[in-house]
Amino acid sequence: MKFKALTAIAALMVAAPALTFADPDDDTLVIEGQEMVTKTDLPAHMEDANMDMIMSGWHFRSDETQALQMDDFDNPGMIFVDQALDNWESVEGSAGKSCASCHEGPESLAGVRATYPKWNEDAGEVRTIAMQVNSCRTENMGAEPYKYDSTQMAAMEALITLQSRGMPVDVAIDGPAAETWEKGQEIYYTRYGQLELSCASCHEENYGNMIRADHLSQGQINGFPTYRLKNAKLNTVHGRFKGCVRDTRAETFSPGSPEFVALELYVASRGNGLSVEGPSVRN
Amino acid sequence: MADGVRPRVKAPRSAEAGEVVTIKTLISHKMESGQRKNKDGSVIPRSIINRFTCEFNGTSVLDVKMEPAISTNPYFEFEATIPEAGDMKFTWYDDDGSVYEDTKTIKVG
Amino acid sequence: MDFTRRDTLALGAGAVALTVLPFRVNAAGEDAIAEFTGGADVAEGGVNLDAPEIAENGNTVPISVSAEGASAIMVLAMGNPTPGVATFNFGELAGSQFASTRIRLAGTQDVVAIAKLADGSFAKATKNVKVTIGGCGG
Ligand code: HEC
Ligand code: HEC
Repeated sequence: MKFKALTAIAALMVAAPALTFADPDDDTLVIEGQEMVTKTDLPAHMEDANMDMIMSGWHFRSDETQALQMDDFDNPGMIFVDQALDNWESVEGSAGKSCASCHEGPESLAGVRATYPKWNEDAGEVRTIAMQVNSCRTENMGAEPYKYDSTQMAAMEALITLQSRGMPVDVAIDGPAAETWEKGQEIYYTRYGQLELSCASCHEENYGNMIRADHLSQGQINGFPTYRLKNAKLNTVHGRFKGCVRDTRAETFSPGSPEFVALELYVASRGNGLSVEGPSVRN
Repeated sequence: MADGVRPRVKAPRSAEAGEVVTIKTLISHKMESGQRKNKDGSVIPRSIINRFTCEFNGTSVLDVKMEPAISTNPYFEFEATIPEAGDMKFTWYDDDGSVYEDTKTIKVG
Repeated sequence: MDFTRRDTLALGAGAVALTVLPFRVNAAGEDAIAEFTGGADVAEGGVNLDAPEIAENGNTVPISVSAEGASAIMVLAMGNPTPGVATFNFGELAGSQFASTRIRLAGTQDVVAIAKLADGSFAKATKNVKVTIGGCGG
């Protein structure tokens, strides 16, 4: 078993020199004059991980893709922020309210993205931003929830995320969130699918290597939602998880499922200390 | 496609007379190429923006003929000479007959 | 589980072979050039074409073109099923004969820019862009 799994990963890897990419680069990410922390020390809970540093996925992309994220005008993800701003102000639902009725400007949500997913005492659960937005829509506005990984939700997340840009990711993993976090950790290290690969097989043990023509990153989520060149839209964290699990040829969990919420909390905590940089641009 | 199409334009608010300025434009649009197929195998019909123009006080800066190979959410960067104060008008023409417009006023001095 | 050694090797081979997808040039590109130039001679040089050597994703490839004094620059992706990309017509108030955009490339191929220069002659630049495909990560 073990042997076969090792063969699978070895077979997927291509030596980096085949293309001009090599190790993650040493460039500095400055967005609109603000310098981002894209490499930093491992958070305490990752002491045993086989890594020296945590790094943003931005370092693993080509110069052209990197450049798209350095200027808000060049970043196509920003169009969706504009769209979300329209939604922020539009009244929907039976209570006759918009987000703005209660929250005023989106800047009132500064800092939110850095600390989510987060334990919600009243609901007795760990909530992602998407869950919180839908709770506001259904309970506070009497409106229909957005589909969990819809374009509208991704856009609203981008608008909320932008308010925390440059702040260090700082999700709590102790107290009432601990149980969910541990569940997420377990999922992260479980080998799934025909290829028997865990998230860690690729993003912890092999980041920096090429997998087919893709330069493997640490699979961080500090840049979400991400505008991907591949599908030319904003992609949510759970959308990306789904794609990654599918690649191991396993049945995947669905966006918004308790498994993916737990995994999101865990993966977010692996980026504690990196700057919130969404909406980012990836290939 | 007329729904949710949104132009963004970056142009300076002011310039010196005769100055050359950089303009950037982006518009949200699928740019459906007409070459992709649905899951059932039928071709998704072409629906693109086929022309983009930029004029300053009625004089042409740039006129682009666009084909399906332009990426989703079309982006352009180019330069314009600003001879005097006035309005820069941006127009995108959709296959379906829709026209999207944006105008930026540029001061001189 | 029934993961076989053959699957593994197939994956391995795919990893190398799928790195670039070469496409054949099609005649439509030559036709488009003939239409633009009216069959006139096309000189190499006199127009700049900037494009990445390797594109991370063929869906969004940044390119820019410039040709001093040109009235128009046509861009073609010679390996796309329909090679036309864009034709930039520079007006009286163009600050330079430069433009930048993002294009789709169906695979590794030549991108060509043809400029109609101020004296009515034509100039051409060609750049080969390798298009990689990300095998993983959804
Ligand atoms: C009727 C008032 C009301 C409306 C309308 C409303 N919210 Fe809220 N929202 C709240 C309250 C109250 C809280 C804090 C209490 C809680 O955690 O539920 C909150 C919390 C939030 C939070 C988490 C903030 C934090 O610090 O953790 C986010 C994000 C949020 N709302 C987004 C939205 C969005 C997006 C909309 C529009 C789609 C919206 N809300 C509409 C009342 C509202
Ligand atoms: C077979 C290898 C493989 C496995 C297993 C895998 N991924 Fe990925 N993942 C990739 C590749 C390739 C990419 C795209 C390049 C990159 O950013 O690493 C990617 C991208 C990502 C990204 C986007 C990173 C960014 O900066 O935008 C996240 C997040 C991610 N993966 C999380 C996960 C999680 C969580 C798991 C486990 C459920 C997982 N991946 C399993 C290969 C894998």
